[in-house]
Amino acid sequence: MLKNRIIPCLDVKNGRVVKGINFVDLKDAGDPVEQAKIYSDGGADEICFLDITASNENRNTIFDVVEKTSKKCFVPLTVGGGIRSVEDINRLLNCGADKVSINTAAVENSKVVIDSSKKFGSQCIVVAIDAKKNGDKWEVFTHGGRNNSGIDAIEYVKQMEENGAGELLVTSMDRDGTQVGYDIDLMSKISSRVNIPIIASGGVGNLDHLVEGIKLGKASAVLAASIFHYGKYSVKEAKEYLDSKGIPVRI
Amino acid sequence: MNVTIVDYNSGNISSVINSFKEVAKDKVNIEVTSDLNKIKSSDKVVLPGQGSFKSCVDALNNIDGLTDILNELTMINKKPLLGICVGLQMFADIGYEETETKGLGWIAGKVSKIDNQNGKFKLPHIGWNQINIIKDSKIFKDINNNSHMYFVHSYEFIPEDKNVISATIDYSSNIVCSVEKENIFGTQFHPEKSDKIGLKIINNFISL
Repeated sequence: MLKNRIIPCLDVKNGRVVKGINFVDLKDAGDPVEQAKIYSDGGADEICFLDITASNENRNTIFDVVEKTSKKCFVPLTVGGGIRSVEDINRLLNCGADKVSINTAAVENSKVVIDSSKKFGSQCIVVAIDAKKNGDKWEVFTHGGRNNSGIDAIEYVKQMEENGAGELLVTSMDRDGTQVGYDIDLMSKISSRVNIPIIASGGVGNLDHLVEGIKLGKASAVLAASIFHYGKYSVKEAKEYLDSKGIPVRI
Repeated sequence: MNVTIVDYNSGNISSVINSFKEVAKDKVNIEVTSDLNKIKSSDKVVLPGQGSFKSCVDALNNIDGLTDILNELTMINKKPLLGICVGLQMFADIGYEETETKGLGWIAGKVSKIDNQNGKFKLPHIGWNQINIIKDSKIFKDINNNSHMYFVHSYEFIPEDKNVISATIDYSSNIVCSVEKENIFGTQFHPEKSDKIGLKIINNFISL
């Protein structure tokens, strides 16, 4: 039986973890490689890096981080943030990323998803969607949530599936950072609209939210950042909790 | 000993390289190459594969003489070969991804799209699934039945001779996830991404 995945996400800026795990025995709390290793040793099903480096001159730092991490972590590694072109994707994959998550570029230039999924295979192309509710629909935002494209998210995901996306990473902007739980309505609508797996993101504050994301939101995987970073729960605790609620997880 | 990972532009193989180097340490030399002479002189061969069946077969055929060398190594010299993901699928006679494409024909059978039962099952099949070991395979030494492996694929290999199947998974139906035929081994899952248990499989292959 296929298991639901738990994916901790690390925000990386200029090659350093911005929000990290606060462990006393951590040699270097800002080292993304060390933090990713802790997660993979703790049973994370995948690791996600979100590069939030703002300046172009520091963009290269993520490549070094990915290269080092992929030599130490032997679970899938997804990298997102700042990916503009097929060449950017090529470089990340060559550094050892297993998948890339494409956000703004997927909206602005549909060829990026079409061409990269043809070249590298759909299995490594994740389209990330930042969606915000407006009336009775959700709109797709770009540039880290700053620009409203006005595109209807539910229509957009279907197009992304057709363009060759292998997975969708769906973030509710209304819920992100609130810790009140995923936008279940958004997740389940998107999940039933497409036949590719979706990863739910944005709003997790406790372990019941993970359960809801899978059971009600019909997500194949759940992504969370802060509940793991601040040591509120470990990945292992999260998995044991999901297991106790009858959700199939890898333990 | 030399283990060669065949680099034939089949997509992203850095994770395969990293995992084999991690397991091999200094005991075994891991070569990553498309050089025919180097492949010919290697003791063991790894055939990775990402993307579509057709794109991988095309990439193999794009390197003059590569399939001949692989045929010779596996069919005549009987050198151990491990195919991973589409690398395994290419053992088949024929694949139906994108268009009908001839495979290597090492193990009679075909590669078809997984039946998603009208959308009941998501495709690609992505994530961790438990393997059901149905035959003793040398690469499963010290691997427990029902171990979790990492998968990402939409197509399945259907061999004619069921005796080659060493493990299956349950996803919409019983899907072949590992084969062994004499010196030829293949995994539909990615041992290089399957955590410690995956590295053990790689170690088993290296230690053959």
